[in-house]
Amino acid sequence: MEEILQQVINGLDRGSAYALIALGLTLIFGTLGVVNFAHGALFMIGAFVAVLVSDLLGDIRELGSADDFFKLVQVVEDPTQTDFLGRPLSVETSYWVVWFGENFGNWLSDWSVPIAVLISIPIMIFIGWAMERGLIRHFYHRPHADQILVTFGLAIVLGDLIRAMYGANPIQTAMPESLSGPVDLGVFLGYDVGTITYSSWRIVYFFFSMTIIAGVFAFLQFTTFGMVVRAGMADRETVGLLGININKYFTLMFGLAAAVAGVAGVMFAPIQAPSYNLGMEYLVPCFVVVVVGGMGSLPGAVLAGFLLGIVQSFASLPTWKTSLVERLGLDDGNLIANLIIGVDQIAIYLIAIIILLTRPRGLLGRKGVMED
Amino acid sequence: MSRSRFTRRGVLKTGAIGGAGLALPTYLRADGHSGFTNAPTGDTVKIGFNVPQTGPYAEEGLDELRAQELAVEHINGEGDGGMLATFSEQNLDGTGILGKKVEFVTGDTQTKSDVARASAQQMIEREGVIMVNGGSSSGVAVAVQALCQEAGVIFMAGLTHSNDTTGKDRKANGFRHFFNSYMSGAALAPVLEGAYGNQRRAYHLTADYNWGYTTQEAVQTSTEAMGWETVETVLTPVGAGDFNSYITPVLNSGADVLVLNHYGGDMVNSLSQAIQAGIRDRMVDGTQMEIVVPLYSELMAAGAGSNIEGVFGSMNWNWQLEDAGTAAFTRSFGEKYGRPPSNAAHTCYVQTLLYADAVTRAGSFNPCAVVEALEDFEFDGMGNGATTYRGADHQCFKDVLVVKGKENPTNQYDTLEIVEVTPRAQVEYAADHPSFGGADATLGSCNPGA
Repeated sequence: MEEILQQVINGLDRGSAYALIALGLTLIFGTLGVVNFAHGALFMIGAFVAVLVSDLLGDIRELGSADDFFKLVQVVEDPTQTDFLGRPLSVETSYWVVWFGENFGNWLSDWSVPIAVLISIPIMIFIGWAMERGLIRHFYHRPHADQILVTFGLAIVLGDLIRAMYGANPIQTAMPESLSGPVDLGVFLGYDVGTITYSSWRIVYFFFSMTIIAGVFAFLQFTTFGMVVRAGMADRETVGLLGININKYFTLMFGLAAAVAGVAGVMFAPIQAPSYNLGMEYLVPCFVVVVVGGMGSLPGAVLAGFLLGIVQSFASLPTWKTSLVERLGLDDGNLIANLIIGVDQIAIYLIAIIILLTRPRGLLGRKGVMED
Repeated sequence: MSRSRFTRRGVLKTGAIGGAGLALPTYLRADGHSGFTNAPTGDTVKIGFNVPQTGPYAEEGLDELRAQELAVEHINGEGDGGMLATFSEQNLDGTGILGKKVEFVTGDTQTKSDVARASAQQMIEREGVIMVNGGSSSGVAVAVQALCQEAGVIFMAGLTHSNDTTGKDRKANGFRHFFNSYMSGAALAPVLEGAYGNQRRAYHLTADYNWGYTTQEAVQTSTEAMGWETVETVLTPVGAGDFNSYITPVLNSGADVLVLNHYGGDMVNSLSQAIQAGIRDRMVDGTQMEIVVPLYSELMAAGAGSNIEGVFGSMNWNWQLEDAGTAAFTRSFGEKYGRPPSNAAHTCYVQTLLYADAVTRAGSFNPCAVVEALEDFEFDGMGNGATTYRGADHQCFKDVLVVKGKENPTNQYDTLEIVEVTPRAQVEYAADHPSFGGADATLGSCNPGA
């Protein structure tokens, strides 16, 4: 039972990351009708905003990382220590520590990722706005294949740009010290101490995702801006005939979607060390999430995100797979046994096939979307 | 009427010379000097460095490239000479190889077998390289090794740790200086026993490809031999990124050691996520849970940051060793590039020198002459102590390092500490060992190509 609970929590956690990325993808597709393959790159850029802010706030804990781009540290040679060539060692001290003392300087450095969330919002809105105005708007009336090609190309360019700046190695980005360990969830559910533990930061990530998702829905549901956008998503021409410049609204929605992807990336940086290909890793599963949820459906994206997260999590649990293989009396080398053992690597695609065969428009898909 | 042109004295003289010629090693015979792929004709000779310059192992590939360029400089008589001064063979005098200046071309493997093969093929066919060196990933090494065998050029593998490279997939034209999974298991087991005892229960998370399988097998076999129990072995997709769904089942599995058979970015992520999940804070039946990473690299250690503190692993070489060869290479590399070399860089540097030396000793660039010169070749002064290139499988045998993530690092390169230099005798095995293809594994014949 503990094992199952643990995997449910894991599924919700993984699902929240899927849902957050898929939400932005769906926002762009639902408003602009663009299949944005560069959305994963926005997630990746968000993660690197965390790295950048961490550097600017003088994070010197990441010994050995190659992330000295914009590092705001004072370098002083210490003659009492030597480097690998026997020269005086260059010791780094954060300028924030030099200027404001150890307490405040270290606090800033420790909380660099949450601070990066705030800083990333205007940065990501600007990047989203620039992407939409500079490139994507020229492809609104082009076939989806053209949109996919140009956004995929853009994703590669952005990835290579980050690689040129930060190198190919993943860069560890630390979470606040107080949230770095596990939290004992089991005691809240009546289990013994240490039975069900889970990473504190991942729990923070889950609640953060839920807040962002709720915020986006509230924004679309309860504001005039959101009402116009929803009207535009339902019937763009009619909204235009009412004298509303819907394109302006949609450009801002692209910026908002970029910000959602960006903050998701910032908060994800301590979970998975950012590297230039981070976006590509999440792009494919998130597209599956969008398709399973129903193209253009925001609730569908969120529902499918959590569903596939839980499926993926349970598919990774070895106990049921080995006991099933034993019950079926299959040998280790048997093809079926290998398929069962390795089902975690194809689980979300299997579920996608089953759902699309039974509900071709996805879980909450609307008639007429991508069917022309 | 015919008249024979042979005389009794002439036949005897020819026979004697021919017999003496046959008694000489093949590489010293005149026919060893011609009739092979890309035989150099001018006053230069070209070699190829096939390393990942993009993709997940690009940083490692770039470090290999730095070392290879340095080796070429030293062979051509530039720079401070590095390990040429400490190498037990003193045949290289800074005038190139057999009087020919060394030039090189580079290729990008992207850590993909098909791309690496295409890149090596282009180097051989268009650029006319006589030898291919480098690379990260066993899949790539096995693929490029097979290509070089077909093409008739020498392949010196870079960072490849799978048993198969010099096991079931060994080739006569291929050589590996780097150590392998079996050696990691054999070196790690006694250290793990000393640190954690012989009553542990291990849970393996293993990268789902060739290297992962052989590493898991090696560590599992050696730890089970000392009394550990293997609770579960789980294959994880390469490049999974988020390994948490594989890590959470470990917590309640009853295991008290997590073995991460992961490399590169996968290892950085899985280790960090295991720490976040509280694996190392957990007590299982009164025993502290531990993590083991069988194969370390400096670049991985840097990526994982403080998460590696106290975590055991193994390495082929480390710049912190105190022998003269290591000091010479680290100084040379450090002064040129401002950083200490990685163990992948070391292997590629050493292999470039070993190839140049073998050609010089053979007196020929003919791959078959080079193969003969390298087989059972014993050398020293290259950072690993006394080393032998075993003739039966072209695997280098030398000491292996067991290392541990440093508890209180003082600078950005001070990430690992050497716990033990495992003597070579402890990691040796028979050439027909079952983990290396058994009796069926053969090198085949050397192929000189054209």
